[in-house]
Amino acid sequence: MSHPVAPATGSGRIRTPLPFPTAAKPAVADTQLRANLHRATRTIRAKRARVVDEVPDWEALRDAGSAIKADVQRRLPELLEQFEASATAAGATVHWARDAAEACRIVVALTRAAGADEVVKVKSMATQEIELNEALEAAGIAAYETDLAELIVQLGEDTPSHILVPAIHYNRAQIREIFQRRMSDAPADLSDEPAALAEAARVHLRRRFLSARVAVSGANFAVADTGTLVVVESEGNGRMCLTLPETLISVVGVEKLLPTFTDLEVFLQLLPRSSTGERMNPYTSMWTGVTPGDGPQDVHVVLVDNGRSAVLADPVGRPALSCIRCSACLNVCPVYERAGGHAYGSVYPGPIGAILSPQLTGVADNASLPYASTLCGACYDVCPVKINIPEILVHLRQQAPHPPAERATMRVLSWVMRSPRRWAVALRLARAGAGPLGAYRERRTGARTLRRLPWPASAWTRSRDLPLPAPQTFREWWGKQ
Amino acid sequence: MRIALFITCVNDLAFPATGIAVTRILRRLGHTVDFPADQTCCGQMHANTGYRAEAMPMVRNYVDVFDSYDAIVVPSGSCTAMIRDQYPRLHPPATSVAARTYELSELLVDVLGVTDVGAEFPETVTYHPTCHGLRMLRLGDRPLTLLRQVRGIKLVELGDAEECCGFGGTFALKNPDVSTAMLTDKCARVRDTGARVLAAADNSCLAHIGGGLDRHRSGVRAVHYAEILAETGATS
Ligand code: SF4
Repeated sequence: MSHPVAPATGSGRIRTPLPFPTAAKPAVADTQLRANLHRATRTIRAKRARVVDEVPDWEALRDAGSAIKADVQRRLPELLEQFEASATAAGATVHWARDAAEACRIVVALTRAAGADEVVKVKSMATQEIELNEALEAAGIAAYETDLAELIVQLGEDTPSHILVPAIHYNRAQIREIFQRRMSDAPADLSDEPAALAEAARVHLRRRFLSARVAVSGANFAVADTGTLVVVESEGNGRMCLTLPETLISVVGVEKLLPTFTDLEVFLQLLPRSSTGERMNPYTSMWTGVTPGDGPQDVHVVLVDNGRSAVLADPVGRPALSCIRCSACLNVCPVYERAGGHAYGSVYPGPIGAILSPQLTGVADNASLPYASTLCGACYDVCPVKINIPEILVHLRQQAPHPPAERATMRVLSWVMRSPRRWAVALRLARAGAGPLGAYRERRTGARTLRRLPWPASAWTRSRDLPLPAPQTFREWWGKQ
Repeated sequence: MRIALFITCVNDLAFPATGIAVTRILRRLGHTVDFPADQTCCGQMHANTGYRAEAMPMVRNYVDVFDSYDAIVVPSGSCTAMIRDQYPRLHPPATSVAARTYELSELLVDVLGVTDVGAEFPETVTYHPTCHGLRMLRLGDRPLTLLRQVRGIKLVELGDAEECCGFGGTFALKNPDVSTAMLTDKCARVRDTGARVLAAADNSCLAHIGGGLDRHRSGVRAVHYAEILAETGATS
């Protein structure tokens, strides 16, 4: 079977229901959320910086990771077919899904065929992207998240706000409150100590692991030459899901491919240090098809496109598919730190979300996201696979539909600035127009600034004074010499 | 060596003192500076907001105006970054002139080999490394190397110095809430230093941070570091 013809855009939870500035507003105003995010991102970013500094060949590793991913993108169809052949030979069944709905249909059908009405889940971005839990629920199948943070979010009837730490927006007290309210078997005297919270979750989950017959996972990597899938995690809950149930269904984005097993050597160094600031993550699980008498005996891989082929077709935007979901870019992003993950309206928040979501859906459907950045470049500096996020943001801004008033202003400014003669006249006019106002303000307040301006300039003067043009422009000063 | 000054549109209109300072510093060091009058704007605002076609005439104008100079000095980290980083991609004939375009501290330290420009400025100063200077140009501590040689200056370190101030060109207008939140934190760090002067290599970021500091009546003055390097203490 060959790689299917892909649709132009993806579906699922990758669209912003509200423009980013609107969605960010309540988050910016929520001081508790701001404090939680501030503390969490700073802690993890300092830890990351420390362990990355220990690796003398870090830059070489980044180059290697970037090069391997670029190679994957160059020959993705070929590698996918190789993966299918290797995985099938090892006893797995490979399915292809063009979009979110198709992927969900496949998983629902497989779960029904296994005769199950519940599944346990390993933390997975792909299944969130396709909104699998909702599809399972609609089909009468209960889905239980087993990752601690995912469990918190699920019990709180919330959505994740971070790639790696989905419950980053909560503090311990808030988590304790969610457990007591929603976890039937939580101890009555539950404290908000991390160990107590983890123990409560462990007891709660144990029952589920032992009874579940079907598990659903994602994968961090899918190796083409061996057909191996890899999950990297810190809690071990994923490993329980991957080994105890009879049926294992792995939902994997097509970009997760790596050409060879030895390529893992690069990524298993890059990923834990970039994501959790650990030298090595506690659990790395790998499985290749079916091993008789050991682990799941019915193994399925659902390869999901959902807009990825469209990203692949754009040579400038394509490196977004190199992302290994380490979340380092979120943790250094000053915009993410203030706006929180929900403002991005997609399962992919932060800088990577700002370039990936609009590409998956088509830029017109996520037009505010490429502007959700100051282009400060901190994300590019930390990205383990060297995705030039600022460059892709600027590239996507060229394709975004522009507000008519902004477009008109930009065109006029360009018309003025492209001509040295017109520009000189405009400078003189602007300076002269502001002259009396500036002189007045200077007499009154001693400052050549404005404090309150009408819309749209009020966006500026709401929080900062605006400097007025100087009494003489530079070129006027120069001319007088 | 033929040195030309690219003043940048924002400086020309609102911050002429920075251009005057650059001219004074270079003349004091014995160099002549040209100011080609046909210059306008680097096109950064257009290109970064998603209007590449509208930026292109400015890119071409820059090449026409500056191609004959050995060095072009720009008192703005972000405009220098636009020219050096984006021009070659947008317009390949700009590659050579882009490589001869320097932010002020690069020209002084790397090209002219100067770190002491003979300045005197008896004030407590803190320095904010703006994002484009920091991460696109990799200015490193060149501006600080120059400031450290200024007589009478007391330099104090800025907390979370490498964090963006929230300006980001049109970001400040398109995302006013997030921008303001970032600005508030930056202003608090500036005030924590107790400095009376905040210096940086970009008047746009300084207009934003300085506007925030003025709004809070902090009494801290925001100036381009060129203006500090131009002070000799003799005239004031
Ligand atoms: S874009 Fe880079 S830094 Fe961000 S999550 Fe992906 S791999 Fe990590």
